[in-house]
Amino acid sequence: MTKRTVELELATPGLDPGGEATRVPLTATAEEPDLAGEHLLVNLGPQHPATHGVLRLVVELDGETVVRCIPHVGYLHSGFEKLGEYRHYNQIIPLTDRTDYLSPMANNVGMALAAERLMGIEITPRCTVLRVIACEMSRIISHMVWLGTTSIDLGAFTPFLWAFQERERIYDLQEMWTGARLTTSVTRVGGLMADIPDQFVEGLRHFTRTFPKTLAEIDRVLTRNAVWAGRTQGIGVMTAAEAINYSLSGPMLRASGVPYDVRKDKPYLGYETYEFDVPVGEHGDVYDRYLVRLEECHQANRILEQALDRLPDGPINVSDPRVILPSKSRAMSDMEAMIFHFKQVMEGVKAPVGEAYVGIENPKGELGNYFVSDGSAKPVRWRIRPPSFINLSALPKMAEGHLLSDLIAINASVDIVMGEVDR
Amino acid sequence: MNPTAPALQATFGTAIGRTAVARDGETVVYVAPDRLLDVMRWLRETPGQEYDYLVDVTAVEYRDRERPLEVVYFVRSLARRADLRVKVELDPAAELSVDSVWDLWHGADWLEREVYDMFGVAFRGHPDLRRILMWETYAEGYPLRKDFPLRGRFSRAEQVRQALNANPEAHYSLEELSIADGFAELPAEMRERLRRGERGNVPDSP
Repeated sequence: MTKRTVELELATPGLDPGGEATRVPLTATAEEPDLAGEHLLVNLGPQHPATHGVLRLVVELDGETVVRCIPHVGYLHSGFEKLGEYRHYNQIIPLTDRTDYLSPMANNVGMALAAERLMGIEITPRCTVLRVIACEMSRIISHMVWLGTTSIDLGAFTPFLWAFQERERIYDLQEMWTGARLTTSVTRVGGLMADIPDQFVEGLRHFTRTFPKTLAEIDRVLTRNAVWAGRTQGIGVMTAAEAINYSLSGPMLRASGVPYDVRKDKPYLGYETYEFDVPVGEHGDVYDRYLVRLEECHQANRILEQALDRLPDGPINVSDPRVILPSKSRAMSDMEAMIFHFKQVMEGVKAPVGEAYVGIENPKGELGNYFVSDGSAKPVRWRIRPPSFINLSALPKMAEGHLLSDLIAINASVDIVMGEVDR
Repeated sequence: MNPTAPALQATFGTAIGRTAVARDGETVVYVAPDRLLDVMRWLRETPGQEYDYLVDVTAVEYRDRERPLEVVYFVRSLARRADLRVKVELDPAAELSVDSVWDLWHGADWLEREVYDMFGVAFRGHPDLRRILMWETYAEGYPLRKDFPLRGRFSRAEQVRQALNANPEAHYSLEELSIADGFAELPAEMRERLRRGERGNVPDSP
């Protein structure tokens, strides 16, 4: 009795070289094509959710490894700097909302500080503290958006919901203060658009009490998560020397171990009087950037608490009628006030001849506003030093040699906002 | 006044023009365009100066046509927490060009590209001087120059016409198309145009 064996072969229908129908085995064959050295060009974006806006990346791939990455920006270019040359200083403020639209209040503050430095205006103590509150609220919402979108990019959905819930609470406070959630335009040269309403302090205190709980939850879900650590540790490393050479700023610079924070090293708005720590990373990878931003949220919360404790009474605007509009009722009843009102609306606030640069520590990095004035009410040149534009320029360097999926993580870790990259 | 300014004058002599203190208290040093790279290297590498961080590069053109166009470099010493502003004056009527500082700071890459894009200042020695915010076939000039009208040079209809007529390959740079696998499979006519350096089909303005 013979034993018959049937050879089972995994195969798929195909064509032989002669064009006849045949079955092609699925097992590895000797004549497998050699794919080494064959590079693939992939176009990522500009309409792709993982590029965080209208960023376009042309990626040269060897298998799944990024050989070269060429970013294309400018799809959201609006010419804000050019528009600024045709506007009074106070009319520029709405433009700053729309640059880094994830932290509009901090942009307002940065621009107003630069204009005030140019004009030599000293703002009031209450205004100073309120502007600190505006900056730190912006830091929290910007980092929350970063955390949520980055965790989604890496496959974690839950932290996104928690982070956006916290952001909504800050947005409610912003709406209470300015009437707008996103286009806040909260500052004016020499002061603020409005004082905070009655329930604001109470609302913000409630936020600062409950916010650390969410941070602790996010920390528990992500920091020691094996998937999260595996996807982020050792990815997109920038050494301290490289980070300095590429002009990185903000959390990107500090994650590489360079302890430079404008709030500590070139203080503005009296930041030297607040107690807070500057978190500094060690490895300069995506994971350290995450840790730095998470800790910055804790520190921003600390600063908010201190600011609320010390918030002084008093005026929010300087008492200079050439800079600050008189109230409507005074303008309608007092001749002098009416003249100042008219002159300011028609002519704007005049700046002396000269130039001034003020850099502030925005959530994304050092936001610089550089004004050059020829003595008129409109700047000759308004330059924004865009932190995420400069941080993004290091992306090709960081992505080189990593997998395509890591490119998404690296791009997310830069924390770009295209409104600011393209301006 | 930042003590670096007199030190620069002592080292470079007449290559350093006037110095000034801006309204924000920072020192501005005017440097002759042909010595810019030497001055920048000295600032970066001399012990005691160590301006290792390039904050920003930008340009300023004044409304007064008589005044030269300035290229402004903001440099910072992270260790000493000191800032310095270096300016180079260029004649807007002549060819605008200055040496690139990319060798010293790689962060200058995109910043110089942006100045080139917006003001038309060419940076000699820059590894990849292309437009950055505007697209590569942009034919209207340099938007931040004072002679550039706020609404652009072309009418809206003309801008739309050009956008619709642009070839799809114009969205890739020549470098990208040449590394693409499919380069050899492109139509011969398209390969020929790419070889000539054309980036797309820009119709003549009416």
